[in-house]
Amino acid sequence: MKSLYNYAFFDEGSKREIRRASLKAIAIPGYQVPFASREMPIARGWGTGGLQVTLSLIGKSDVLKVIDQGADESVNAVNIKKLVGKTTGVETTEETERATLIQSRHRIPETPLREDQVLVLQVPIPEPLRFVEPSEETTKRLHAEADYSGAYLLLFEQIMRYGRVSTGADHPVEVRDRYVMAPSPIPRFDNPKMDHSSALILLGAGREKKIYAVPPYTRVVSLDFEDHPFEIEDVTGRVCRQCGAVDVYFDELVDEETGETFFQCNDTSYCLARMNAEADR
Amino acid sequence: MNKIVLQVKELGKRFGEGCPRCSGGDPTALERNYCPACGTVYALSDVSLDLFESEVLGIVGESGSGKSTVLNCLYFDLEPSGGEAFIAQYKNGNESIFSGSGQTRRYIRNHVFGKVYQNPVLGLKMKFSSLANIAEKMIAAGNRNVGAMENRARELLTHVSIPHHRMKEAPANFSGGMQQRVQIAKALSNNPPILLLDEVTTGLDLSVQARVLDLVKQIQRELSISMLLVSHDLGVVRMLADRTIVMLNGRVVERGLTDQILEDPQHPYTQELVYSLL
Repeated sequence: MKSLYNYAFFDEGSKREIRRASLKAIAIPGYQVPFASREMPIARGWGTGGLQVTLSLIGKSDVLKVIDQGADESVNAVNIKKLVGKTTGVETTEETERATLIQSRHRIPETPLREDQVLVLQVPIPEPLRFVEPSEETTKRLHAEADYSGAYLLLFEQIMRYGRVSTGADHPVEVRDRYVMAPSPIPRFDNPKMDHSSALILLGAGREKKIYAVPPYTRVVSLDFEDHPFEIEDVTGRVCRQCGAVDVYFDELVDEETGETFFQCNDTSYCLARMNAEADR
Repeated sequence: MNKIVLQVKELGKRFGEGCPRCSGGDPTALERNYCPACGTVYALSDVSLDLFESEVLGIVGESGSGKSTVLNCLYFDLEPSGGEAFIAQYKNGNESIFSGSGQTRRYIRNHVFGKVYQNPVLGLKMKFSSLANIAEKMIAAGNRNVGAMENRARELLTHVSIPHHRMKEAPANFSGGMQQRVQIAKALSNNPPILLLDEVTTGLDLSVQARVLDLVKQIQRELSISMLLVSHDLGVVRMLADRTIVMLNGRVVERGLTDQILEDPQHPYTQELVYSLL
């Protein structure tokens, strides 16, 4: 089939500009590089940042996987996969191991990533200081001077209010002892996976027009206080009802018939792989 | 003789480019502090002052005379257009604090100075709890221990008579006087040697005013902090300040012991100011 679009939707100049921003982002880990975010056939705030990074990177030999909050089959993930598939003809997959390029919204897969894989995260608000400082000019200056008291202040306020750090997602991290970065709204459970990750992690914010990155094997530390150390969500005692997995990030669901609550792997492809392996045995 | 903790030399702040007519520093070229030829405003010209250890130095003058601009420049809220300021904590007082980088300025702001703004909105984060507001300055100074910061914040808030059960509340819910007291507690959090007070009592009712003044006096006596006190209220200055300088049109027109200035003013403007006192 002859496509009416250039390969990977964008013209070559656009792809080059996004790649250049990505390279700069990799060179300065955690630093938000501004880029000329394009109009996309999906609305801003629906993953356009991640999508643009993906389209600029994807090659003929790539295998693409798209995750939406852990699920491969949600509308958003399917739409993005279809768009990239139609404009590039690359193979798409749901298996984390087979993918070379993984675009994800709000999760890092349970299966450990490898050096030959790239993870692209979609970011709604790339600025970790935005909730204390509304002005972009000021936050840029704060980053330049490495003044991150605002990020700590947000955590302090949570402790004052709730007795503990209560970030449900997007818990700020310090990258390579310099820039404080919003890891995108991944659960705290996934923050440690960023530290010394084998795979390159690129983060794209389409509406806010920023790209930033965590290069492979880079130190990523979640912000905390001496007497309130960083903690991931407690998943002890929880078991996936479908595959029996423990120590993964769960969805809590309600059985409509019995009214009981139960847990299930949030990462659907991980869960499916475990069930298939069980069936093969 | 006490030692000097802050020395300001020929501080200037200009809004506008200046022109050949007005930039020579000749006061007669200006209409008050405004150049009629090019529209430049000279908010501060040649302001020099010394602040001694545990002394309260009052700055009085009419509105628009540049009182607050002095404090804003010292606290790095405004970039001065000329002049120098020296403190013992920065390069042993050998280099002007205005020559420092953004980071060293931030350090000086967080460790050496505490500031109470006339408008609490500028000095506080209105939506954050009072405890967090006070912790902010300690966090900025590098403290990373929640327990220690909370204890210190509670101690300070008790000191400024904020009731225990309201400490977790946001200053947005407080009265003006309470907000001002939270600001004072915040300014004191890192035991700064120098406190900059900008019209601390303006707009407060008399009983609250008295309590805030009492607090300032008490802090000064107990902690021997040096203070720059800006006010247009001569009563406040008479009560608190050891020495006073009088500003007019961005210039210092008179300086001396507070009693001396209030009882025997020399400059015509000071005379007018003192005799306008009801």
